[in-house]
Amino acid sequence: MRFRFAATAIDTNLGRQALQDPAAGGYASFEGWVRDHNEGLAVRRLEYEAFEALGLKEGERILDEAAARFPIAKALCIHRIGALAVGELAVWVGVSAVHRGEAFDACRYIIDEVKHRLPIWKKEYYENGDSGWVNCERCATAPRHTHDHDHVA
Amino acid sequence: MSAPLQGLILAGGLSARMQRDKAALTYLGKSQLDRVFELASRHLSKVFISVRAEQTAEPARAAKPQIVDSVAGGGPIVGIRSAFAQHPETAWLVLACDLPFLTDSALAHLLAARDPLRIATAYRSTHDGLPEPLCAIWEPAAAQALAAHQAAGRTCPRKFLINSNTKLVEPLEPRALDNINTPEEYIEAGRALDAAPGPHTMQLKIQYYALLREQAGRSEETWETTAATPAAVYAELNARYRFTLAREQLRVAVNSEFSDWTRALHTGDALVFIPPVAGG
Repeated sequence: MRFRFAATAIDTNLGRQALQDPAAGGYASFEGWVRDHNEGLAVRRLEYEAFEALGLKEGERILDEAAARFPIAKALCIHRIGALAVGELAVWVGVSAVHRGEAFDACRYIIDEVKHRLPIWKKEYYENGDSGWVNCERCATAPRHTHDHDHVA
Repeated sequence: MSAPLQGLILAGGLSARMQRDKAALTYLGKSQLDRVFELASRHLSKVFISVRAEQTAEPARAAKPQIVDSVAGGGPIVGIRSAFAQHPETAWLVLACDLPFLTDSALAHLLAARDPLRIATAYRSTHDGLPEPLCAIWEPAAAQALAAHQAAGRTCPRKFLINSNTKLVEPLEPRALDNINTPEEYIEAGRALDAAPGPHTMQLKIQYYALLREQAGRSEETWETTAATPAAVYAELNARYRFTLAREQLRVAVNSEFSDWTRALHTGDALVFIPPVAGG
């Protein structure tokens, strides 16, 4: 299983080790962190909730697509669920490949697709006491929107 | 703030082409008036039947809350105007009593699509694309315009909706609004309903996540329904929970795989409605 959800802190070292491959000349990773602000509001903490049965399949599909598009050795992705504090690691993507270009490209592809397709939701809790489901509340009356709130990174 | 909504079953028609009282026609052992009254009562807390003054004591009609025609003239507009005259601040779900194929999900879909700022919310006919006035929500703002329509000698409620800013709703079930006017159509409808496996009730498992979980107040439930598609099920659930997310903002999964909204459902299927996602 190359994609998984984690209910506790992600160990990036383990992920990195799992990507090692004698044919790989390098490894690229992306870490998404919980930021202390979003859309003008100060964020104190957040919670991720995932539809795991479908999320695991969709995550695997994204990694399959990355492997089909780019000549890479291995790719992994771990997404946190549950309660996270500011500064914590929310999502980790790692790719090993013969050359650095493919590793960077595949890593970028995976995180972009994960943000748009994975059935996971983020509830932000703000300094002012409010809370809200990102992409669901302030835009609730708009048609399906595609803009990216880009909460981490 | 939208006006409170009540049900109005039109049971005062002369049934001229049928040559007998349409309200008393029976399907699956129950009179059409009882069927449609019970159907509307499952969705609305107050439902009335519209009757002519000479019908109030008829056995089939006497036991139900009535709105007696108080406006002169003929046709369904008289019943609708009489309802507005008695309850001017109320919007009316107006239902004919010759709609034997009308289902809970078709009604829920219409109710969920209601736009209280329009004169009316009506289904678009699958036969000619025009509004169906007798399975429609009529807002209080229609009352005055209806009076003017009638004063100008026009009696057709359909023409009225065509010329108003009616919200048209696409039907999810093509046959739901088929009406019956002749003895031949009655016989055919009875056969079709007898042959169908009843109103086929399914048990579906609904799981809720994120905002929908909070608005439904639960993580999952078993939902008994005759709704045949995910779109129709969402309309029912939306009528119950008043979700703030429109169906257009959602995706749907059936048995843990993405699905389209019109797929045929089977008992035991597990549905998840997927709000806009926010990974990363």
